[in-house]
Amino acid sequence: MIAAVSFWEYLGDNWDRLKDLLIEHAQIVLMSIAIAVVVGVGLGVLTYRSERPRLVVLAITGVFLTIPSFALFGLLISPLGLGTTPAVVALVMYALLPIVRNTITGLREVDPAVVESAQGMGMGRWRRLARIELPLAWPVIITGVRVSTQILVGIAAIAAVINGPGLGKEIFRALARVGTPTALNQALAAVLGIVILGLLLDIGYLLLARLTTSRGIRE
Amino acid sequence: MIRLDGVTKRYPGQEGAAVERIDMDIREGEIVIFVGPSGCGKTTLMRMINRLIEPTSGRIFIQGEDVTRGNPDQLRRRIGYVIQQIGLFPHMTIGENIATVPRMLGWDKARISNRIDELLELVGLDARIFRSRYPKQLSGGQRQRVVVARALAVDPPVMLMDEPFGAIDPITRDRLQNEFLRLQQEIGKTIVFVTHDIDEAIKMGDRIAILREGATIAQYDTPEHILSAPADDFVADFVGAGASLKRLNLSRVRDVELTDWPTVVVSADRAEVLSVLRRSDKGSVLILDGQNRPVRWATARDIDRDDIPLEEAGLEPEAVVEPQSTLQDVLNLMLNSSHGAALVVDGEGAYLGAVDFATVANAVQAMRREANKELKAAADELGEAERATPA
Repeated sequence: MIAAVSFWEYLGDNWDRLKDLLIEHAQIVLMSIAIAVVVGVGLGVLTYRSERPRLVVLAITGVFLTIPSFALFGLLISPLGLGTTPAVVALVMYALLPIVRNTITGLREVDPAVVESAQGMGMGRWRRLARIELPLAWPVIITGVRVSTQILVGIAAIAAVINGPGLGKEIFRALARVGTPTALNQALAAVLGIVILGLLLDIGYLLLARLTTSRGIRE
Repeated sequence: MIRLDGVTKRYPGQEGAAVERIDMDIREGEIVIFVGPSGCGKTTLMRMINRLIEPTSGRIFIQGEDVTRGNPDQLRRRIGYVIQQIGLFPHMTIGENIATVPRMLGWDKARISNRIDELLELVGLDARIFRSRYPKQLSGGQRQRVVVARALAVDPPVMLMDEPFGAIDPITRDRLQNEFLRLQQEIGKTIVFVTHDIDEAIKMGDRIAILREGATIAQYDTPEHILSAPADDFVADFVGAGASLKRLNLSRVRDVELTDWPTVVVSADRAEVLSVLRRSDKGSVLILDGQNRPVRWATARDIDRDDIPLEEAGLEPEAVVEPQSTLQDVLNLMLNSSHGAALVVDGEGAYLGAVDFATVANAVQAMRREANKELKAAADELGEAERATPA
């Protein structure tokens, strides 16, 4: 009981700093996701129709996801230095696979009869993609983006090793002071912030998916 | 209207051609059916007209213009296209689906909106209800009508239809076929229609091209001629047995004399109904509502039961057809009806008359005689030819 009370006290005393870190954390995640969506959907669109490029892209983005995050952040220090840039690069790499894979799956699941109709009515390649295929694949694509976001909220904490922004800083500070009276509370507060951020973003995606999916294809 | 000139399609690595040097003229305002066994290349041939498949060689002219050159997307916007799987855009409303080509051609909003209402009306759907619905909220038959409306959006002179009624249950299919024929009388499009079903070909076609392997034309002629004078064994085989029954697909209800059936209005009293029944040679009476539409079909015994009001006496009318229905449709329905007759109603559902077995049987006999005469004439011609060329 004593520990719990002092945790809430800790939270109250450090609220301003924690709130800033939470916002930083959300910003770096969303920025990385935005870049990953552009790159990932682009790669999906370019490769979904031809088998070999598709497999290559999936293999490479799959490899990114298997590199331990500590190692990847470390590897990026020599080309990109410390701070936000290498953190964003690493996070984009982690976010790619779910987005690329779902873009490809979503586009390949579009009913061929619908695509043929569009073509038969005189829609060119890009119009077909923009007006028919991407809107129909959208629910699958946004699910991929949602998964990527969940992954990044956790991994972004590790970015603190290369001086990246976010709640990870708080966790690493706590780890450096294990044994002191506030270390546990400090780590706990940061982890709680990450969990809450993950939940909020997830709810945000559910709303976004609902608002941006045509009523004609909603479940 | 459409002219195919030596149209050929070869696929690399395949020995024979998929389509071999086809020459064909399709007249304005006619429905031309490409029919043949699966793999005969009928769909390939049709898709070369809007260049979903590019011909290897040969040329295609529409209204005198060589369409094998130039931008294929521009060409396709001028040709209505309907496929078996319907292919409505599921994420768009019915109105947006129909607006697709008008939008690409840059029509203004008001014109597009008017056109949507007009087209839905034309295919028999209430625009107020349907234009804001999504395809998944419609039945198969309704979707089929919408896809025809969509293909007609910019009033193209030419339509291509690939088994347009193929994915629809048989009863709805008959109705939609009849509706489409009535529609065609209004719109007079030049239509290329692909099917594997010879009965459908006979029913829908002004002219039929029977194709064999490699999409060579075995016979290109009117349904009447194909039935009475098949060009060779392949055609005869494909048309199949029962050619005289198939001719029932060629005669329509409007071509035969209708029988009178005793009728009363629903407000009549029982004594009156019974007296009408007594004066008639038929065992049942048809009860009509205020708009002359059949509501019940009752026998004397049904009328006698005074515990049931007249509008619920007997059975609901079955076997209801329209003047453009074929005798084949009539026969099918009649065989399943308890009164041995089909009722004919107009587009509003008002009663016109009845068709009974005797009428259909007479029609079959008349066709028989016609066919025999033609066969006889052909035999005489052959005989004369033999005599004219002494051995």
